[in-house]
Amino acid sequence: MFVSVECSPPSFKDFTFIMPAVSVGNVGQLAVDLVVSTLNMCRVGYLHTDCLIPMAGNNPYTTTAENDNGLNTSAEVFSSMDLKLAVLQIRSPIIQTKSKKFRQLLVSWIKTSGFSKTVVLSSSHAYQRDDQQLLGTSLRYMQTPSMQKETGDCLKEMNWKEMETISAFPGVSDSVQRVYMPGGGITKGLFTASCAMDIPLAVVLIFCSEGDNIPDAICLLNHMNTWLHLVDTPNQTQPKWRIPASWRLLFGSGLPPALF
Amino acid sequence: MATFFGEVLSVYSRAVEEDEDELDDENEEDEQIHREIEEKREVHIEWYPEVRLQCSELIIAVGPNATVFLSAYVLAESWDAVGHVSLWNEKSRCTSRQTSAPLPGEPACRFYRHRDNPSVLMCQSTCYIAEDQLFQWTDKLFGYLPNRGLNVMVLSDSPVAEYKTPGYLYGSAVPFLRSLKSSAFKNEALCPALEQPNIITGLPAAVLSHCQVHQIPAVLYQCYTDVIGPDTVTMETYRPAITSLSKLFKLELCPSTDVLRKFAKVSEAQSNLYT
Repeated sequence: MFVSVECSPPSFKDFTFIMPAVSVGNVGQLAVDLVVSTLNMCRVGYLHTDCLIPMAGNNPYTTTAENDNGLNTSAEVFSSMDLKLAVLQIRSPIIQTKSKKFRQLLVSWIKTSGFSKTVVLSSSHAYQRDDQQLLGTSLRYMQTPSMQKETGDCLKEMNWKEMETISAFPGVSDSVQRVYMPGGGITKGLFTASCAMDIPLAVVLIFCSEGDNIPDAICLLNHMNTWLHLVDTPNQTQPKWRIPASWRLLFGSGLPPALF
Repeated sequence: MATFFGEVLSVYSRAVEEDEDELDDENEEDEQIHREIEEKREVHIEWYPEVRLQCSELIIAVGPNATVFLSAYVLAESWDAVGHVSLWNEKSRCTSRQTSAPLPGEPACRFYRHRDNPSVLMCQSTCYIAEDQLFQWTDKLFGYLPNRGLNVMVLSDSPVAEYKTPGYLYGSAVPFLRSLKSSAFKNEALCPALEQPNIITGLPAAVLSHCQVHQIPAVLYQCYTDVIGPDTVTMETYRPAITSLSKLFKLELCPSTDVLRKFAKVSEAQSNLYT
């Protein structure tokens, strides 16, 4: 599934891996775009798979006329040697009947790559929150037992809120608790599979609705940055993220002047 | 989601479908049904007997204007039909995959090879290929072709409504051509590159992605047009592509109006109920 750009595949051993889930508002994918764009990451490979709808376009992170051309596909891996960081960007929907297969391929690739930790950026439908979740922050996290061993109580000490479980049978006391993440795409499946395969994985998600989700992406990223420190924030200011060229015209083309 | 007036509406996400969990609760019968559906949707390439493929140039035309352009300017007596794609999906007229050659005028993917230059393979695609079949189509075709020494050109139609631009496109600017090339394609494209944030999808995207990943030189010429069916003005827009094609084989540089009319059906407006 992973095809390297260079002849010899890169080593990701002990790298931190960040990936988006295709989820409500595309927040994870927007956040990953900001990471790649701001940190000027290089593309090191493609995830060439039949599980995603094919798409292609010119360089979405172009800054000059020189780097304007260069075909980009539906799933690519970027990396930064200095930060020991690898990032996956997914640009198209997962074919519904292949969702399980895609999850399995991803989990297997994450395992063999030897990442020290994996962070999944995701989102969940805001309208499905229960009464408790309506109060306070809309940011949540989850971590696998292997990740818990790595981070210890670090995330709790930062006052991060863990994603609540819901009762499998609402209204029945003492019923089994389960993870419920509506609108999260393959997030829950990835999390469960990573628990089973002892992969250190954390999910960082935000409750949101469809619309202009750029503020949600920035909020999610700033939150994650307080943990991973990808971008320096002197004097407690918010990090400055670079908006990529591909975010132009998110809501359509220009209007005909004669309309008014 | 509850609205202001208290009614409850379904909320749709552009990113995800609901109930992604259900796919995990499959029993053997469900799995058997899914396997059968997958087999029904498999893509097969039927090569005609005694065809030995030796391809160094692949030209693919997707859409009515691109395919008719090739028919009018390129395809004539010196091309042999060498194969076709057989597949079934929800938009096919038949109830299952047909292996026999498609009839003329039927939506299909047909392969032709130049008689004098058998290393040139051409594909005309007018049928609908579903999203889950695109990767398979591409993978199977390129499985028959050599990895090295292959050059690919794709011509494709697209509605101008899908083209994003900060300004407003006036009528005279349409139709127009834009290009996209794989990193291995070192020559200059014959028209401006497709600007961000525009992207390509469908068969051209599947082919170009494959070429990018496997380092095959490939160029796409996408024609944005405001006409649905084959149209002589839109076909003329592909002319810059002719310059590179003429290096491969002889072309009909100025097909007569009769020839063009024969290929481009003039679409008549539906008759008015009142006339």
